Amino acid sequence: MEHYKMNLTLKVWRQKNSKTEGSFDNYSVKDISSEMSFLEMFDVLNEQLITEGKDPIAFDHDCREGICGACSMHINGEAHGPWSNNTTCQLHMRAFKDGDTIVVEPWRSTAFPVLKDLIVDRSAFDRIIQAGGYISVNTGNAVDANAIPIEKKKADDAFAAAACIGCGACVATCVNGSAMLFVSAKVSQLALLPQGDPERKTRVMNMVAQMDKEGFGNCTNTYACEAECPKGISVANIARLNREFLSASLTSEE
Amino acid sequence: MGLTGLFLITFLIVHAGVNACIFVSEDTFNTAAHFMSHNWVLRIMEIGLFAGLLLHIIQGLLLWKQNRAARPVGYTLTDNNRNSKWYSRSMGLLGTLLLFFLVIHISKFFVSTKIALYGGGDADHNLYLEMKEEFAKWWIVVIYLCGVTSLFWHLLHGFGSAFQSLGINHKRYTPIIKTAGTVYTVIICILFALMPLAFFLNWID
Amino acid sequence: MALDSKIPAGELNEKWADYKGHVKLVNPANKRKIEVIVVGTGLAGASAAASLGEMGYKVKSFCFQDSPRRAHSIAAQGGINAAKNYQNDGDSVFRLFYDTIKGGDYRAREANVHRLAEVSTAIIDQCVAQGVPFAREYGGLLSNRSFGGTQVQRTFYAAGQTGQQLLLGAYSALERQVALGNVTVYSRHEMLDVVMIDGKARGIIARDLISGELERHFGHAVLLCTGGYGNVFYLSTLAMGSNVTAAWKAHKKGAFFGNPCFTQIHPTCIPVSGDYQSKLTLMSESLRNDGRIWVPKKKDDNRKAVDIPEEERDYYLERRYPAFGNLVPRDVASRAAKERCDEGYGVGTTKLAVYLDFADAIKRYGKIEVGKQGRTDVPEAEIIALGKEVVKEKYGNLFDMYEKITGENPYEMPMRIYPAVHYTMGGLWVDYELQTTIKGLYALGEANFSDHGANRLGASALMQGLADGYFVIPYTIGNYLADEIATKAIPTDHPAFVETEKAVSDRINTLMGIKGKQTVESFHKRLGKIMWDKCGMARNEQGLKEAIAEIQALKKEFWSDVKIPGSINEMNPELDKAGRVADFIELGELMCKDALNRRESCGGHFREESQTEDGEAKRDDENYSYVAAWEYKAESEWELNKEALNFEVAKPTQRSYK
Repeated sequence: MEHYKMNLTLKVWRQKNSKTEGSFDNYSVKDISSEMSFLEMFDVLNEQLITEGKDPIAFDHDCREGICGACSMHINGEAHGPWSNNTTCQLHMRAFKDGDTIVVEPWRSTAFPVLKDLIVDRSAFDRIIQAGGYISVNTGNAVDANAIPIEKKKADDAFAAAACIGCGACVATCVNGSAMLFVSAKVSQLALLPQGDPERKTRVMNMVAQMDKEGFGNCTNTYACEAECPKGISVANIARLNREFLSASLTSEE
Repeated sequence: MGLTGLFLITFLIVHAGVNACIFVSEDTFNTAAHFMSHNWVLRIMEIGLFAGLLLHIIQGLLLWKQNRAARPVGYTLTDNNRNSKWYSRSMGLLGTLLLFFLVIHISKFFVSTKIALYGGGDADHNLYLEMKEEFAKWWIVVIYLCGVTSLFWHLLHGFGSAFQSLGINHKRYTPIIKTAGTVYTVIICILFALMPLAFFLNWID
Repeated sequence: MALDSKIPAGELNEKWADYKGHVKLVNPANKRKIEVIVVGTGLAGASAAASLGEMGYKVKSFCFQDSPRRAHSIAAQGGINAAKNYQNDGDSVFRLFYDTIKGGDYRAREANVHRLAEVSTAIIDQCVAQGVPFAREYGGLLSNRSFGGTQVQRTFYAAGQTGQQLLLGAYSALERQVALGNVTVYSRHEMLDVVMIDGKARGIIARDLISGELERHFGHAVLLCTGGYGNVFYLSTLAMGSNVTAAWKAHKKGAFFGNPCFTQIHPTCIPVSGDYQSKLTLMSESLRNDGRIWVPKKKDDNRKAVDIPEEERDYYLERRYPAFGNLVPRDVASRAAKERCDEGYGVGTTKLAVYLDFADAIKRYGKIEVGKQGRTDVPEAEIIALGKEVVKEKYGNLFDMYEKITGENPYEMPMRIYPAVHYTMGGLWVDYELQTTIKGLYALGEANFSDHGANRLGASALMQGLADGYFVIPYTIGNYLADEIATKAIPTDHPAFVETEKAVSDRINTLMGIKGKQTVESFHKRLGKIMWDKCGMARNEQGLKEAIAEIQALKKEFWSDVKIPGSINEMNPELDKAGRVADFIELGELMCKDALNRRESCGGHFREESQTEDGEAKRDDENYSYVAAWEYKAESEWELNKEALNFEVAKPTQRSYK
């Protein structure tokens, strides 16, 4: 792999806090190595800004290995940027070339208000989980782990759904700002496992109700969420959520 | 959305079937049209059809409103073509175009049939001739072709999407549904497009 | 101060059962009146907060991340150990206990480790009940794999994302308690001090990282589940936000710090590529099962790896350790890589990397595939293609990750790897009940020092975090809180809260008032370099003394020239970072002091003065079989307290991998 250096123009959303209006600012960065990660390029820019006596750009990030789900940038028109199955922190600068202009925006959603610059508040996801994204089992109540065999295929499907990192790229990408992929991933995981069965009706009803309450949009099956999801969560989960929801609605006695 | 959509999809089969009668003969078509407008079972179903359509529109409007509210501040730059199809994202727009078309379409043929039915001129009413007259005008044909185009893209997404909304997504069956949706869309739209074209270009007598 | 580890009397395997049978209890009505603060929401914190909430305590849970689900436990790859013996391969609680003690190079407390092994089985049951999708066999039962330092298959896993799945399980239990009103979560909040009243921990001062405001929170007890401090090295496999601040504040308020110098350096990480590097990424230990590690025999060999002929390669692990070869334990593999690079045999642009080569494995697997098909005379290219398929199936996701980061295809050319800081065995000193030397203040998970001695075995960190949170603290905390039922919630206008908040506020103001020239990041990098060079994989007296002097100088420079943009009452990540780096600087000094004091080599701590003739680590049980528990006295001044380690069951022996 040939390494190279590049000079770039960055057009970044700046917003002081949730109460003020934001706008774009332009910055130029020089001698960026193609080996850097995208966030390391932002580190360079921020060091530059601090040295110049300016306010650095605030952005969420933590593990920088694609699993914590903190990083959340909308880069050149795509959630997490141009690479597929990838988070912002794992995007590397060899995706760009010398002279490029890169537009960076925060996730845009009513349910994800901007806190500062590129940082948004994703606590709506926590509240959706609170509405039912769990199995009600107190510590110490469990039977032996091998007491209930689970079909390998189902266990694998449950894992594939559970791989969701809660980054919100699905919402950010969806033309409707829908959170269906996120909600369906959790509903699916627990619906596929026998342990999740006792609560499956109330879970799906309550989680969907909370999702609507938070102000997320509706799913119109464009499947953009699946295409941009860094963990490749399948829209088959959304179908399963719909199925769970329909059957729960039809058979609910409330 | 999915349920009403599938309901309308079923109706389109009947509609396209009746239309196709023009290629058999004027009489066949008029008989079929007469049957459709006079059979009391079908007339009750017709109310259901309108209710379904209305519901589909209301659902669509609600979706549109909620989805707009979900993102009050948009992106400066989006590259959506990398993650989804334009027509999947434009169902509202396509639906609106279809609605405009439907208003014209209904005022042209449906209303005249009803006036004839309830206004006493039923015996003289010849829908075939009426169509022949209308589709002699080029701009009506253009409007119809535009309507069919909107319908094409609307169905191309809508058919498969309806199944997904109803919770049907299966490794084996979903590809079949997808193919069936494309085949259905192509056939229905060709049939609809052929009708005004056939009259305009005098392919049928 | 005499350390009382409160280890129950009796036979090792009866201690925990006996303790549970006699520990004081708090009745349900009283639990409702008792408030517990839990700082951190990783495996230990989330499981503790959820369990205590379920029991009826009023819990307040704090994390600096935007959601409890993002704590760094989420990044653990490999798996979690448990003595289930599902594989019928002779595993038992005793074996897990023994492996952990031995793996820790005989520097952990026997009673704690045995308890850990005992509760390990219940963890797996609990997680499965929560819906954690562990890997399964076709029969529907749980699958296991083997890990370093053991001879049985006891590791449960969920692909390469076990930590994520376990944490999401604990997180969901936590959120359930939030919904039930038993737990309140304060995310984007950072604990900045412990509030002490009458010698007991009674609350914390936390900063709301969005508004910048300081908050006072009362608790009858405070639990620190704040993880490890590996980021003192700047570059590590830890998350960017992982920090020592909460533990350090507790330390300065009187909690002893145990074995701070015990750091685990993981041998297989993607190497540093330049000065801008912000963190390092781990490549799972499992790769050493098939990969061969080598460097060129010639110094400064700039040829491409594939162009270097076989006879000019030095497979140094196979050469030095013929018995274990590429599968020597983490500490040994790391030191060997460092030795080669220090001698000038390193590869890549920085010369700080060695090759991890799969070419042989690809060929070997290819031949096996050809054999399975019963074919002969198969061209070399086809054998290699078949072999690549097999390797892809085994390690595909890791190879993809490597390619994403480096842009190089590891199927075609060997991976470049180098050791990186990964885990800290040291932490706040705790007794058998996980209580620190401050009454009412507990430390759980990686934040405490207790279970891994001088070296941690793979897949044991997750086990310890969950053991502490689900199955230890719910019992042991009762022993303290039973005596606190008469204590009413203390109003936060109590002078102790006011004073502590003022001290915190003054420190923030001082930091903001420096208005110097150098960025926080630049200080952190410099600290990391000192630590890595002089208190890293190999340590010696001279280097450690130099490091202490350099760190003291760095501290002075930091407090006179650091530049923090923005203001206090707003979201200000640079200010958050400044506070953390200031604490890391102080911790760094203590780590060097501890490393200087321990004139033996054990586990992850290698003192060059204490090695065998052929360069292997040499432990000194006669003089150093103790936990070094450091008591903070004043700036740069600590007193060493020793907790003697008694091995009644697992008798110490010298490790050898030759």
